[in-house]
Amino acid sequence: MIAKLLINHYEAVAVILSGIGLANLLLQRNLIKVYLFLAAKGWVSERAAPILLKDGSEWVMDVDKYVNPIPAGLVLTGIVVSVSVTAFALALTLRFYEKYGSLNIDSALSQMTKEQEILEAEAALKVDIGDNIS
Amino acid sequence: MNDGLKKFLLDFYNWVTGNGARTENEDAMTELPPVLPFTMEPDKIQSRFHEKTLQERRKDWINLHGLSVFSILYRSFSIITCVVIVGLLLITVSELPPFGDENNPANNEVIDRYIKLGGNETGAQNIVAGMILDYRAFDTFGESAVLFTGAVSVLMILSAARRKNDEPKNKLHSGFNDRNFLKRAPPIHELKDDDAILRGVASLSIPAIILMGCVVIINGHLTPGGGFSGGAVLSTALILCANAYGFKKVHEFFNERTYIFSSSSALLIYALSKGYSFFTGANHIESGIPIGTIGNIFSAGLILPLNICVGIIVAGTLYGVYALFSEGEI
Amino acid sequence: MTVKTLAYNIPFISIFLMMIAAIITPVLPKRHRIPEKLSCICLFIVAVLSGYLIYALDTANGDIAFNFPVGHYPAPWGNELRAGLLEAVLAFCYSIAMLLSLTGNFQSTAEDIPERRRSFYCVLMNLLAASLLALTYANDIFTSYVFIEINTIAACSIVAVKNSASTIRAALRYLIMSLVGSGLVLISICLLYDLTGHLLMQPMHTKIIELVKNGKYIFPLTVSLALITAGLAIKSALYPFSFWLPDAHGSSTNASSAVLSGLVLKGHIFLIIKLFLRVFGLDVIEALRMDKVIFILGVTAMIMGSVHALKQLNIKRMIAWSSVAQVGYIFLGLGLNSVEGISAACLHIIVHACVKPMLFTSAGGLSAAADHLKSLHDLLGTFYINKWAGLGFVAGACSMMGIPGFAGFASKISLTMASFDSPLIIWSLAALALSSVLNALYYVPAMIAILTGTDEKIHGVHEKIIIPLSFKISIGMFIALNFYLGLRFVPLLRLIMRGVNIFG
Repeated sequence: MIAKLLINHYEAVAVILSGIGLANLLLQRNLIKVYLFLAAKGWVSERAAPILLKDGSEWVMDVDKYVNPIPAGLVLTGIVVSVSVTAFALALTLRFYEKYGSLNIDSALSQMTKEQEILEAEAALKVDIGDNIS
Repeated sequence: MNDGLKKFLLDFYNWVTGNGARTENEDAMTELPPVLPFTMEPDKIQSRFHEKTLQERRKDWINLHGLSVFSILYRSFSIITCVVIVGLLLITVSELPPFGDENNPANNEVIDRYIKLGGNETGAQNIVAGMILDYRAFDTFGESAVLFTGAVSVLMILSAARRKNDEPKNKLHSGFNDRNFLKRAPPIHELKDDDAILRGVASLSIPAIILMGCVVIINGHLTPGGGFSGGAVLSTALILCANAYGFKKVHEFFNERTYIFSSSSALLIYALSKGYSFFTGANHIESGIPIGTIGNIFSAGLILPLNICVGIIVAGTLYGVYALFSEGEI
Repeated sequence: MTVKTLAYNIPFISIFLMMIAAIITPVLPKRHRIPEKLSCICLFIVAVLSGYLIYALDTANGDIAFNFPVGHYPAPWGNELRAGLLEAVLAFCYSIAMLLSLTGNFQSTAEDIPERRRSFYCVLMNLLAASLLALTYANDIFTSYVFIEINTIAACSIVAVKNSASTIRAALRYLIMSLVGSGLVLISICLLYDLTGHLLMQPMHTKIIELVKNGKYIFPLTVSLALITAGLAIKSALYPFSFWLPDAHGSSTNASSAVLSGLVLKGHIFLIIKLFLRVFGLDVIEALRMDKVIFILGVTAMIMGSVHALKQLNIKRMIAWSSVAQVGYIFLGLGLNSVEGISAACLHIIVHACVKPMLFTSAGGLSAAADHLKSLHDLLGTFYINKWAGLGFVAGACSMMGIPGFAGFASKISLTMASFDSPLIIWSLAALALSSVLNALYYVPAMIAILTGTDEKIHGVHEKIIIPLSFKISIGMFIALNFYLGLRFVPLLRLIMRGVNIFG
């Protein structure tokens, strides 16, 4: 298996890279870091290049040497997609920071639930007092 | 059932419902509930002096440890998932057809036609351009639409919300909405009025960059490059201009209205011309678009105008996203 | 050409029309809600065209499906669309459901979203419709991927359109999960291309059959099938991957919730169906044992989705969790791995696409009657304030419980019938029964809550709220659809089955 991996070393490296990217996407609770690694998308698409390119490198045609044109097109699409997704994700993060003052999605969550509990408690208190007065 | 078991069950029941005797430890810890003047009747107050029920314990525990336990679980789960996926993929990769072999499944009749007949059928010297803008043009149309979607989303989320009359009407239910953590410092670019070095370099390089971008776009069907790469080059010229002379200068000729108008109309031209070609192609009608001689600037049918449209969209969008992030508006 | 020229061009025209509508919307004037009206008109045209396509295919000689080459080049070289009865029925259903959810929430959209944003919102809705139609018709796996991305971005941003803290957080979660999903899909597409050398579905199928017959590359094939199914399952909120859903669907504005729950999930599920039937083929799926996995996940989703819904007090979150359970039904049908099972799953896609938007729309109407509060306690007696919303909710809840005569009954009975031929009959019947009971356990209390109220509310001492005509019309249409599907589902099921038979 190792020998085979060595033959396909481009893909092997690409796979490991995309794995790291995926792990970061899932693990980083700090959102900005998530988007640094939102290259996860970029990496996936870059990964497409070696995997697909190998199909035809050094392909002797009638006149000249050509590589398979399809992967190039696919990678181009992948890059464009990752650009737009990254921009969108960053925009959302900016909004998120404005709302919560934090980039950590979990601590922001707990902060919000606490505030909600306080609000609810206050509301309940008001109801109680109001009932009694009436 | 013997007595020991009964007692144990009773104790357990009391422990769950919170009716049992309090241990000293908990006595010390439980604070008296806040007694409000008129809210509770005496017996009600009495009933609150009990041991914590199971549910309350659970709630307390979650409040204390929930987040950390959740993140530990989440982390270990994610790591396991990723390791499994990478492992699977590594095994898969080792079984894939070997790299660079001529007999791979992907080297089939599809590639054959793209390379052998591509030049004559699309008129493009650059096979990749011929492939993405003619053979598989629908994908590329979708791709431009992805860029358009991203731009519209960013514009909607960032630019539109900055205005004052933009808050939702029923403010009461939209969460704690009006907090604004992000206090914007005045933009740096506006402060430095005369950065002579930057301006000098910019005045020299902006024309060159624009020229380069145009060359890449216009020669898209002849040499490597095309609308996407050329548009990216053009957008760097705009960004450099904004940084050297301030966003206000760029505003004079490129603002949100121009951006929306230019990219919408470029995409519309793209869509309509490509739609015509799709339609005629599918219905086996001669489209009447001349292909020209391979290697000339005016060749390859629709590819040149399409590249120009894509270039306009990409340049505007990339600059627009940059401006939105640094200034909050285009 | 076996179909008429107009029918032949309909798949392309419908996708293209929605695209053009999305492109010109930003330059339109924003006054008088012109952008929204344009969206509605385009959706209506698409619905009419799809209806005509169904008619044309139904009356054609023999069962046919046709390929539409997008451009001048035939199948393995150019992109391609493919349309048959199943695709036409789904496109019709999507456009109708989207049209009704947009018109039904015409007022609440205006309340939640400021005018400047609404124009962009319409762009995204149009793009969403275009991508759903493209996912339905596309016959090329990479085109599908591109449109999945459009779908993802548009779906996340229609969640984030309501500029509040909880929606932004929900949208971020949704985005992260969706990105994981599309990453898996992209990796898997690369692998498949590497193994087969094709991106179009039918040539890929021939190649895969050949590979399986020769016993070559079985492991990579299995991995790529598993990855692409997992990626699409994350996007369609199959149970263990569905924790992003209640936040996203529960906190966004009503029109977004309705469209997301009713349609966006289904687009990805339909792509899974397409992969199973057209790219891999049912025999290969069975040989790679994917059907069992799908079945188990589907059963888990049916039960766990309902269990989670039981815990919710917020009405929109409850409906959102119920969507998870309903997605489970569809996967159960898929896991039966037979033509009947898949037809029943498709019927359930249609039923759910018609019922869930109705539930969200009427829940929005009810909560508007209760001063925009969404907890079940606050909704007591709201039936009597907004009767149309109340009727819609009751009809939707009855349908979700599977009461005969309502739409949900149709799909449940067809799933039951389909499972009779399967070796998994006991499990699937038990799951269906248990899930129906669980559904009743949370929909009945919700109905009781909105139907019982204080005397003031019943006798109309409350302040009158004006129910807009668009709301009445769309709820009326939804209820009519609901009864139509519940009472006359046999011809529709037959139509779908013919579609599934020629789908491959």
